[in-house]
Amino acid sequence: MSTEKQQEHLTRDVDETEEIQLNVEPSEMDEEFVEDLDTLLDEIDEILEEDSQEFVENYIQRGGQ
Amino acid sequence: MEIPIIMGTETEYGISVKNAREQDPVAASTLVVNAYKTSKGDAPSAASSVTWDYEQESPLVDARGFLAEVEPTISEADTNSAVNDILINGGRYYVDHAHPEYCTPECANARDLLLYEKAGELILEVSRLTAERLLLDNQEIIIYKNNTDYKGHSYGSHENYLMSRKVPFDTIVDGLIPFLVTRIIITGSGKVGAENGSDETDYQISQRADFFEKEVGLSTMVNRPLINTRDEPHANDKLYRRLHVIVGDSNMSELSIYLKAGITSIVLQLIEKGVVGKKFSLKDPVAAIKNISRDLSCQNQIELADEQQRTPIEVQRAYLKLAQQHLAPEERTPVVEDVLEKWQYVLDNLEIDPMRLSQHLDWVIKKKLIDAYRNRHGYEWNDAHVQMLDLQYHDIRPDKGLYIRLLKNGHVKRLLNREEIVHAMRYPPVDTRAYFRGTCLRKFPKHIYSASWNSMIFIGKSGGLDKIMMDRPHFGTQKIVGELLNNCTAEELVKEIRGNASKSY
Repeated sequence: MSTEKQQEHLTRDVDETEEIQLNVEPSEMDEEFVEDLDTLLDEIDEILEEDSQEFVENYIQRGGQ
Repeated sequence: MEIPIIMGTETEYGISVKNAREQDPVAASTLVVNAYKTSKGDAPSAASSVTWDYEQESPLVDARGFLAEVEPTISEADTNSAVNDILINGGRYYVDHAHPEYCTPECANARDLLLYEKAGELILEVSRLTAERLLLDNQEIIIYKNNTDYKGHSYGSHENYLMSRKVPFDTIVDGLIPFLVTRIIITGSGKVGAENGSDETDYQISQRADFFEKEVGLSTMVNRPLINTRDEPHANDKLYRRLHVIVGDSNMSELSIYLKAGITSIVLQLIEKGVVGKKFSLKDPVAAIKNISRDLSCQNQIELADEQQRTPIEVQRAYLKLAQQHLAPEERTPVVEDVLEKWQYVLDNLEIDPMRLSQHLDWVIKKKLIDAYRNRHGYEWNDAHVQMLDLQYHDIRPDKGLYIRLLKNGHVKRLLNREEIVHAMRYPPVDTRAYFRGTCLRKFPKHIYSASWNSMIFIGKSGGLDKIMMDRPHFGTQKIVGELLNNCTAEELVKEIRGNASKSY
């Protein structure tokens, strides 16, 4: 993929900026979220690195600042 | 307010190469940072040969912002461009220790800071994709915007705030520590488990809290202090101090980043005004930050130095109240007003139930995701899948990163749109000296020998070098130099600045 394409790919799906609605009760938005979360959970086992155990064990960084 | 706050962040990213025979984080970081140059993400690409000016000699103090001097010859054959990139958005991108590190350009408000930090995430992703093409087919570069490997190794997310030198450092320490210790309820990124010998816990609010061992000090890598004493203003050191805050977490949530920069800069203004004092001094701040990090209700009280008890929400509310009382009308810019509103909103909801912010703040978003995942599979907190989920929340890949997936699907709140973030990869903020730096790099890439936060060295016609100092971060803005930059060559620019040393740029 050319870099231009990559950037295009990165810029796709320009969503409208969604301002945080200060007067909306978080709980109202919550129900929707729970449904959507279910969909994500359906996918999550495919998205997660396959070998979680091994991956997590091997993820070692040198300390930074 | 005498000196308007200018701010920036430095983010060290975690890095790993999947299926590599041996992990070499320095080589991987170097590969990624260098890949960005070849990606032309930072075109004009000639800027990639520009080196970082490490010579922090600063005898060239000019109260008006710029001062030019001539260096007779190229001092050394610098090869530091290999792991250093000065970006056309005015930021810096390099390898620090064993991590790729991105520094935003200097920003004049919290919204810009958020914008440029998010631009950095895209810069890392473009680099990652480009670098990955150089590896074997089965290898993947994985980059996390988090602060720990869960084995006691932490890497930082540092904030910098330019302040007046007139405020005594002790006053800053007194006023800021209680704020920083309690702000994690807003700025924490959430972490499964405990580290660094701290008390065991399933889940805590902050990634970094376990790594702080004293209140004030110079070190950033061991025995870390809540307040860092590094005094390197990258600007006129008689006028300015650059407060280096190392206690924060790397955030994915836009609201967490925005509020972190917004409320901290407001509190520094309050400290500068002298209205904070020692009112909120804590009895044991180092213990308090660990306790607050482990209290997911945000309701447990911590002890103040005067033996009063307060919840972290109450301490934050007290700072908010001071801001509402003491900020002058001209200081209440639209961004500041918005920050104050959202600060209050977040505190009100944390008070009722932190889980109400499961689309807003990192530590709550992540908690909600993990709770749902654990419920579904019955995993214990210490299960590797849970740890993997924690880590992958911070993955910068659009298809793998869990935060990014939530954002794309509209499950978490946005403050920015994609177009402006992409624009910020290539264009500097217009209202700080980053404008001058970024615009010169864009316009005159072949004429610039090196650059740093407060200097740019131009290559003159005869091969000599002209160093332009930029010791006033509020200068070099589009308003001041925009027209000049639009209408001149590099030679004319240097001549104009040198010829008008008495004029403010």
